[in-house]
This record gives sequence, C-alpha cells and structure tokens, in this order.
Amino acid sequence: MERIDYQQLKAGEVNLGTSIMAVQFSNGVVIGADSRTTTGSYIANRAVADAVHYNLQLYTQSAGAPPTVHTAASLFQKICYENKDALSAGIIVAGWDKEVGPSVYNIPLGGGLFRQPWAIGGSGSTYVYGYCDATYQEGWGRDETVNFVKNTLALAMSRDGSSGGVIRMCVITEGSVERLFVPGNELPKFWQGTEVLSAPKEKAAAFEPQVVPMAVE
Amino acid sequence: MTSIGTGYDLSASTYSPDGRIFQVEYANKAVENSGTAIGLKVKDGVVLAVEKLVHSKLLVPGANRRIQTVDRHIGLATAGLPADGRTVASRARDEAANHRDVYRSPPTLKTIADRLGHFVQMYTLYSSVRPFGISTILGAVDKDGPALYVIEPSGVFFGYHGAAVGKGRQLAKTELEKLKLSELTAREAVMEAARIIYLVHEDAKEKEFELEMSWIGPESNGQHVAVPKDLFDAAEASAREALVSELE
Repeated sequence: MERIDYQQLKAGEVNLGTSIMAVQFSNGVVIGADSRTTTGSYIANRAVADAVHYNLQLYTQSAGAPPTVHTAASLFQKICYENKDALSAGIIVAGWDKEVGPSVYNIPLGGGLFRQPWAIGGSGSTYVYGYCDATYQEGWGRDETVNFVKNTLALAMSRDGSSGGVIRMCVITEGSVERLFVPGNELPKFWQGTEVLSAPKEKAAAFEPQVVPMAVE
Repeated sequence: MTSIGTGYDLSASTYSPDGRIFQVEYANKAVENSGTAIGLKVKDGVVLAVEKLVHSKLLVPGANRRIQTVDRHIGLATAGLPADGRTVASRARDEAANHRDVYRSPPTLKTIADRLGHFVQMYTLYSSVRPFGISTILGAVDKDGPALYVIEPSGVFFGYHGAAVGKGRQLAKTELEKLKLSELTAREAVMEAARIIYLVHEDAKEKEFELEMSWIGPESNGQHVAVPKDLFDAAEASAREALVSELE
C-alpha cells in the first residue's frame, strides 16, 4: 500500500533555500533578499506573484485608485490559504500606501496573514531570529533600517548553505522605489571563527610512566 | 405617449428609431409612482428616509421595509417595486461579501455602486427580462468618509450630496437644496429628513404612510442602523409641528 510520507517533498516540489526580509521604518519600508535559491535562479512560485500582480492591476482599474498594501497581502494570503496543499511559499508583502503609510505583512506557510514591524523568511531566516530580536528598535530612519536588513541577510547567508550570493534591496517610500545592491565581496563581515580542528596541535608533554619493577624475591 | 402602438416599447432589447429604450423609461414610471425616498450626505454621516405608503390598515407596522442593510456600514433605500428592491439589496449584499472575501476589507460605497450599476444595466439588454422598476439610494460611511449614490433603472449611477427619488422627489430636492448639507451633523440631518418626508407627503395628499429612517454616523458607530427610537420620535414630532406651523 502506498503511504503518504509527510517528511518527503511534495510531488514536483523543489527544495528552495533563500533569505528574505522586510522592515518598516518611519516613512517607508526596506525589503531585501539574497540571490540564491537551491534550484537555481528561478523561484518556483513566481506564478503566485504573477496572479496577484494581475489582480492588483485589475483592482487599480476598477477602483480608480491603487490598492493598499493590505489588499495586496490579502490577495497573496487568499491564494496561499486556498492552495495550502499544493504551495510551499512563505511570502512577505511590504510597501507604502496612503491609508496607513509603511507596512509589512508576513504570510507564512499555512496561509496566515500577519502585520509585523519586521519580517524575515526563507531557510536562512531561522538562523537570525535572535539577531533581529536583539537588534531591531522602533523609530529608525532609512539608513539604520537599510543597515539592519543588510546585516541580517549577510548573517543568514553566511550560516545558511542554501542562501548566499549577493544582496538586493529596495527602499519603498511614498514617492519612490530605490534599488540597492551589495555584491558578494562587499557583504558586511562578522565573526567568522577559526577552524578548531585544523589548528596546530600543541605538542603533548611526553608521558613517561614511572614504572617501578616489582620487587621479586 | 408616442411610444404606444409603435411596437418599440415591448422589449428592452429593441431601440426605438430615435434611440430610446422604452422599457427603461417605463421602469422610471414605476419609480415615480412610489413613495418618496431620500438620502442626505452630511458632515459626519449619511441619513436615509423613506415615505412608505401603507395600503392597508391590516398591515403590521414595520412590515415591508424599504430601507435595507447591505454591509455593516452600507445602507440602501429603494423607491419603486418593493420586490425589485429586495432583489437588488440581495445582490448588493453578495457583492459586499465578495469584496470582503477577496480583499479582506470592507468595500467602499463606490465599489458597490459600480458593481450594482453593472447588475442593473444587464437587465436593460435582453428581451427575456424586465428592467428593475426601482431607483436605489445607497448610503455609507467608508474609508473615504460619508458617501451617497443613486442607481437608476437604466443602470447609471451618480454621487450626490442629497438625493430624492419617488413621487415627491421634486419638492424633496428643492428642500434638500435649501440645506447646508456639508455643515449638518447626522443628528441634525435626521430632523431634516423627517421634516422633508412629512412635507412631501402632505403636499401629495396621499393615504396613510409610515416613516422609515436609518443612519450611519458617529452615534451609530459607523454602522448602518435604524435611527434610535428617542431620536426618531423627536424627529417625527418636530416634523408634524413644522407642518402645522407652515399651514398657519
């Protein structure tokens, strides 16, 4: 009898690895990602993004005004929730709108929808929750937030084998979308350790047992 | 009527030679025979009021309501065939629910008016259907503030500060024009709405009627509800008083 193995990947599913992040600040959001997915340079669920993009354009035309970030996030959430058996996409939606200003929404695997001041995702994110919790503070401006995203992603990329390459970021504010690029050789560097096993061994002091022969009569 | 006997007024799917659709125009006649319905968009809310003509003393008070709720923040008043009003209200609720389902947020009134307008227009195209014999006043307070729209039997809709449909619409409109609608509060608008309905009813010398009023404003917490009894009674009393003093 064929058994369903929940540990295995779903049929046709590819093992994706990456690190993504979004943070809101006083007058905008910064979103960022590394350039690596283990299957290569494509993201298997780009289809979801395309479907939402279409719906957002439809919304813009029929409502006569651009959608809010919440609207965009809701459309993603609907697709993720209704197709949870087929999809494995953790999605972060972030942007600026007239109603609430900057906002970040996290849509984890089951298709929930959560508004958060910052969100991280992808396989690399698991390594840096502690860093984010310890570092993030409210009231940051653009530059501090860009640095936070850059540092977090660099840390995630260094720990996670499925993340790496370069960092791409966007700063989204009311009037602009600014693209930022950090090449792989200019990533911020943190403690990188020393290889303990390959360190030269200290010569152990020669152990000479002081064995005294048993007296034999 | 020039249209009668020409044959061009039998189907909504046939134009007359001068480009009119008589079935739609007849639908407007059905609206004109109905008790008046008005809507006031004011500073902080919207008030809907209806002159519901009571054709029998045996009717239970409050039966056959012509003001209906579409969504928590959207109300609708109709003039014309009551059954058509219920069909359109039902569709309006479906559209509002669909919007909430897809976008996870309450719809704006413009969205609902737009979708309902399309729905109503579809009934002006086919020989197998009859256009809706109602004009619909839609009122809401949405994310953009108070809003008021009227959808006609042809499917066209416009936004208004004050709207009146049905038998007494001409007089009601002149009364609405006298008001500084954008400066009134919802509470003040309730008083004016009751006064106008009583006034246009008196003018037409009709049979018995029942006043129906609902509002959406700060005092209703942004929700479409019937005007609370104490305010309703006060508005009705002062409307009667205004009539008496006008006659003197």
